[in-house]
Amino acid sequence: MTIQAPAGRPAAPTPGHATPLPLRREGPAKLTGQALYTDDLVFPGAWYGATIRSTVPHARLLAIELDPAFDWGRVAVVTADDIAGRNVVASIAEDQPILVPVGGEIRHQAEPVVLLAAADRDTLREARRLVSLRTEPLPPVFDPLASTVVFAHHALVKGDVEAALAADGVVVVEATYRVGHQEQLYIENNAMIAIPRGDGGMTVHGSLQCPFYVHRALRTGLGLDDAHAQVVQAETGGGFGGKEEYPSMIALHAALLARRTGRPVRMIYDRHEDLAATTKRHPAVIRHRTGVRRDGTIVAQDIELVLDGGAYTTLTPVVLSRATIHAGGPYDVPNVRIRSRAVATNTPPNGAFRGFGAPQAEFAAEMQVGRCAEAIGMSPLEIRRRNAYRAAGVTPTGQVLHDDAAALEVLERAAEASEFDWVRARTAAERAGRGPRARTARGIGLALGWHGAGFTGSGEAKMGSVASIELTGDGRIRILTASTEMGQGTKTIFPQLVAAELGVDPDDVEMAPQDTSLVPDSGPTVASRTAMVVGGLLVHAARRLKADVEGRTGRPFELSWRDDARDHGPTRIDERFSPYPGRSFDDATYSGDAYPAFGWAAAVAEVEVDLDTAEVTVLSVVAVDDVGRAIHPVLCEGQVEGGTLQAVGYATIEEIKLVDGRYLNDRLQTYLIPTSLDAPRIETILVEAPFEDAPHGAKGVGELPMDVGAPAVVAAIHDATGAWIDDLPASPERIIAALAGIAPPGPPGMSTVSAP
Amino acid sequence: MTYRLVVNGEPAEVGVPGMRRLLDVLREDLGLTGTKEGCGEGECGACTVLVDGEVVVSCLVPVCQVDGSVVRTVEGLAVAGGSALAPLQAAFLEAGGAQCGICTPGMLMAADAFLAAGAEPTDDAIRGAIAGNLCRCTGYTKIVDAIRLAAERRQAGAGAA
Amino acid sequence: MHVEPPVGSPRSLEEAYGLLASAPHRPLAGGTDMLVQLTGELGPAPERVLDLWRLDELRGIRVEGGALEVGALTTHAQIRRSEACAAHAPTLVAAVATIGAAQIQNRGTIGGNVMNASPAGDTLPVLLALDAVLVAGGPRGERSIPAVGFWPAYRSTALAPDELLLRVRIPIVDGRRQAFRKVGTRRAQAISKVVLAAAWRRDPAWRDVRIAFGSVAATPIRATAAEAALEGAPPTAASIDRAVAALLAELRPIDDVRSTAAYRLEVSGRILRRLLEDAS
Repeated sequence: MTIQAPAGRPAAPTPGHATPLPLRREGPAKLTGQALYTDDLVFPGAWYGATIRSTVPHARLLAIELDPAFDWGRVAVVTADDIAGRNVVASIAEDQPILVPVGGEIRHQAEPVVLLAAADRDTLREARRLVSLRTEPLPPVFDPLASTVVFAHHALVKGDVEAALAADGVVVVEATYRVGHQEQLYIENNAMIAIPRGDGGMTVHGSLQCPFYVHRALRTGLGLDDAHAQVVQAETGGGFGGKEEYPSMIALHAALLARRTGRPVRMIYDRHEDLAATTKRHPAVIRHRTGVRRDGTIVAQDIELVLDGGAYTTLTPVVLSRATIHAGGPYDVPNVRIRSRAVATNTPPNGAFRGFGAPQAEFAAEMQVGRCAEAIGMSPLEIRRRNAYRAAGVTPTGQVLHDDAAALEVLERAAEASEFDWVRARTAAERAGRGPRARTARGIGLALGWHGAGFTGSGEAKMGSVASIELTGDGRIRILTASTEMGQGTKTIFPQLVAAELGVDPDDVEMAPQDTSLVPDSGPTVASRTAMVVGGLLVHAARRLKADVEGRTGRPFELSWRDDARDHGPTRIDERFSPYPGRSFDDATYSGDAYPAFGWAAAVAEVEVDLDTAEVTVLSVVAVDDVGRAIHPVLCEGQVEGGTLQAVGYATIEEIKLVDGRYLNDRLQTYLIPTSLDAPRIETILVEAPFEDAPHGAKGVGELPMDVGAPAVVAAIHDATGAWIDDLPASPERIIAALAGIAPPGPPGMSTVSAP
Repeated sequence: MTYRLVVNGEPAEVGVPGMRRLLDVLREDLGLTGTKEGCGEGECGACTVLVDGEVVVSCLVPVCQVDGSVVRTVEGLAVAGGSALAPLQAAFLEAGGAQCGICTPGMLMAADAFLAAGAEPTDDAIRGAIAGNLCRCTGYTKIVDAIRLAAERRQAGAGAA
Repeated sequence: MHVEPPVGSPRSLEEAYGLLASAPHRPLAGGTDMLVQLTGELGPAPERVLDLWRLDELRGIRVEGGALEVGALTTHAQIRRSEACAAHAPTLVAAVATIGAAQIQNRGTIGGNVMNASPAGDTLPVLLALDAVLVAGGPRGERSIPAVGFWPAYRSTALAPDELLLRVRIPIVDGRRQAFRKVGTRRAQAISKVVLAAAWRRDPAWRDVRIAFGSVAATPIRATAAEAALEGAPPTAASIDRAVAALLAELRPIDDVRSTAAYRLEVSGRILRRLLEDAS
């Protein structure tokens, strides 16, 4: 049964976009329940897999004990001894084991130790209870500031910070900000199914962002060559960074069990396991010392940033890199010193989540700018106007900004659309006239942000991604990339971009499945790089294909491609990334063009605070985002709206408390995200300041809104109540503590130790 | 035990333990995988279906409690023998109400019940109707837009008829 | 990873009592709490289940003998739609409206909420404040248990294992006023941090004051010291101050995953003060 979208009913055309926008390509399948996510896939004879994890934060594993009363012949048991390849989950560093070996070190609660599989769930459930781990406890480290294990560190220096802070007429503002964990909370849990092949190879179907990351992990852990490892993305129910690295672990687990049993093995996490074990946004402690003159000029920023990486390296060094470069916010300050480090604690490893270090850093930076404005009696809008980057501005890595530095444009658009000055005057008057028994208080807050588009530094140049277009012998146009669709619209905008170049209808352009045996490695689907980098490669490839066909046929592509395929046979164009001209980054000196371009964002939030309970209602957010070029404005707005609500959740209610390094909020009853009734009215304004070196001008959109939502909301809480909340989330507990002087909750993200 | 239900207009008979979750009966015994599991504890709404016209989370309903009931799932929404999107589904497609799609089946069922109740499609009423359905992609904006669009078309259609 | 314990589905109360007498069963109403426990991760999964869903005699809302009677299997959605509940127990309507969202309200029942005995159960402070009586039945016949003694300890009730909750009786009292306030983490689908339900009369002094809280102790509780501070006192700022001070002295909330002791104590005092000021 194939369900077609209703004919002749295109999406509403958007001003400035002449042609009707294509509808979401896989939309009909998703809307009818036909789209197949991993848990929907049926493999006859498949067994069910489960993971036995440590329940202590730090220990030596002495023994794995199986209850002898149980018939273990009914169950497949896999330990570290059964790993044919190397016992590491391939990533930046190779420190994380697939399974902790006996004699090895357990570094966090939820660390995988034993794998089980059984033909039915009842047997599996019974067997799980009969495995026990004997361990010898080791002292855990939970305080990132006390940790001596450093995954990575940086120091960025520009000008002379100490001299600038000591200068006459400079007001020095100091504060320390702390943010906790945040869970991606894709609604589809992590899931992988491994199918052993007759040739000794392994095929894995799963929910994932980065097929070739999983592919590499399988090769390393199973000792397979390229051809014997195959990774196929199933329909994926959200990722947000959370399916960037942990899928490699799950795929390895499923594959080890599949190899042991000779059968397909389903490793489908439930929500509790997904929350308890998979990566979160890094907690951070960020100290700012800022020098500002009375005229609003920020003359110096001294910033110390510490990320809590959790127990293993994972992607932490790259997250730290982005956090470091973004730590000062989008402001041109002559004297800057940013010292940063990422450290280990005995908590589950933290990893990628939309924004990738920038939301933590920019929350602190924006709150600090707000504090500076207050210190000199200037409006939060005006101080940003005075200091925001302009074209030719120079970043702390020495990157000179181009004409697309749209900070002022997004700022002014946001201020105008939200009537910021007028509303703020009104909230100030309300605050001044407020009686002691007022019930509620309104506030408005503003934040400005920037987000480096694509990979940091030399990452893209080193990766050398490939994207391909094929004109098949039977006259089909096919896109081959590893870029995954997880809701953001890859499968819609790629055909749209290619069709526009070729002069054909988007429906004439097919997308090959994200299967590592079919598509080239076009890099991971992360860092808001899909539209900008891979989309750009496809535009170039389409131009080459068009030129080839038109050169052969002498007729326009749209009139001749089927004939060309018939007469000439298939044509395949492989387009490999080459660095954008004139942009380079030196890893050794950590200087140069950290990103090909920056996207710019501003948000204005209005809140109402209940003065009895400090419950916060976020009433509205105006989100203005410079995306270079909005290829598909409807999908683009969808990214901004979704990212903005994730930022609102980060600001207000999303929190993980830990005891002994274990997450207490490990169910959906306790880890809460905003519902439709909590979501503000979001007004999205897309700004297009094109990235001149991308053929289509796009800079990426996914992460931008995540950087500015939280500081805008917390600034609004300050406007309403007068209280600066320096820790995220700005929960009612923290607000009441600030207003009433009662005991505040502990620092976010840091584990307490249970009483003995 | 054998339980008899009517699922999307078709009679179905399953011989399963009475405490099996309706969600598992739909997905595993009847092969209707359109209904999704997001949390298994009634918090996310991804497994929302209609039982005798009322929205329920099928992860919290044992099959013994729906013996003899009429169940509607996302697979039952499409029209013209399943070959065309229903107006509600079309509105989601046009407005951009589905992104990753995993909350979509449950969201559609909650929206379908809202439309069937015929309430005025105000922003607050729509948001209230889907408050039990979590979405992490959209910020709910385009979902609310889609439901309003479907409700307005329905009203216009009813007015014209 | 759900267990599927055997389930009995009686068609009459007599049959239900018979099954209960034959072996221990965990009674099942709308399933919204029990089905979460079938993973066995949140405490032991039930060995045997007694499905009450077919017992229509446990459904319905009526006014009888000077009381509002709500059958144990009445769903939250039915309570929300009930004119009788709106007239005589508006705080009950307010409380059930905060439980989950539509999906939960269509299945969850008042009996389930009472018997689940969670300290955060949203209707329980209301039942305490309205002097509700819980009517149980079993092989020894029916008996009535005042709400104030119904939840003796954390997650336990006054019922014997062979008894079932049949209905909730809320006396209708002329001139009684009532108020409800839930403080949760978000605006829907939230388990409470603090719940307050109160009832009183004024002549104009405070009379028959009932102040009940949820989520601030191991069980839902009456704030008897705060009640006593008000009883018979004039509705003045001073009496409100005394009541709030008494409350702060008698509550001993704890830190948990949802909130902190300090917040719960401070906010309990604040919402009580607000409620009393509004009532003055």
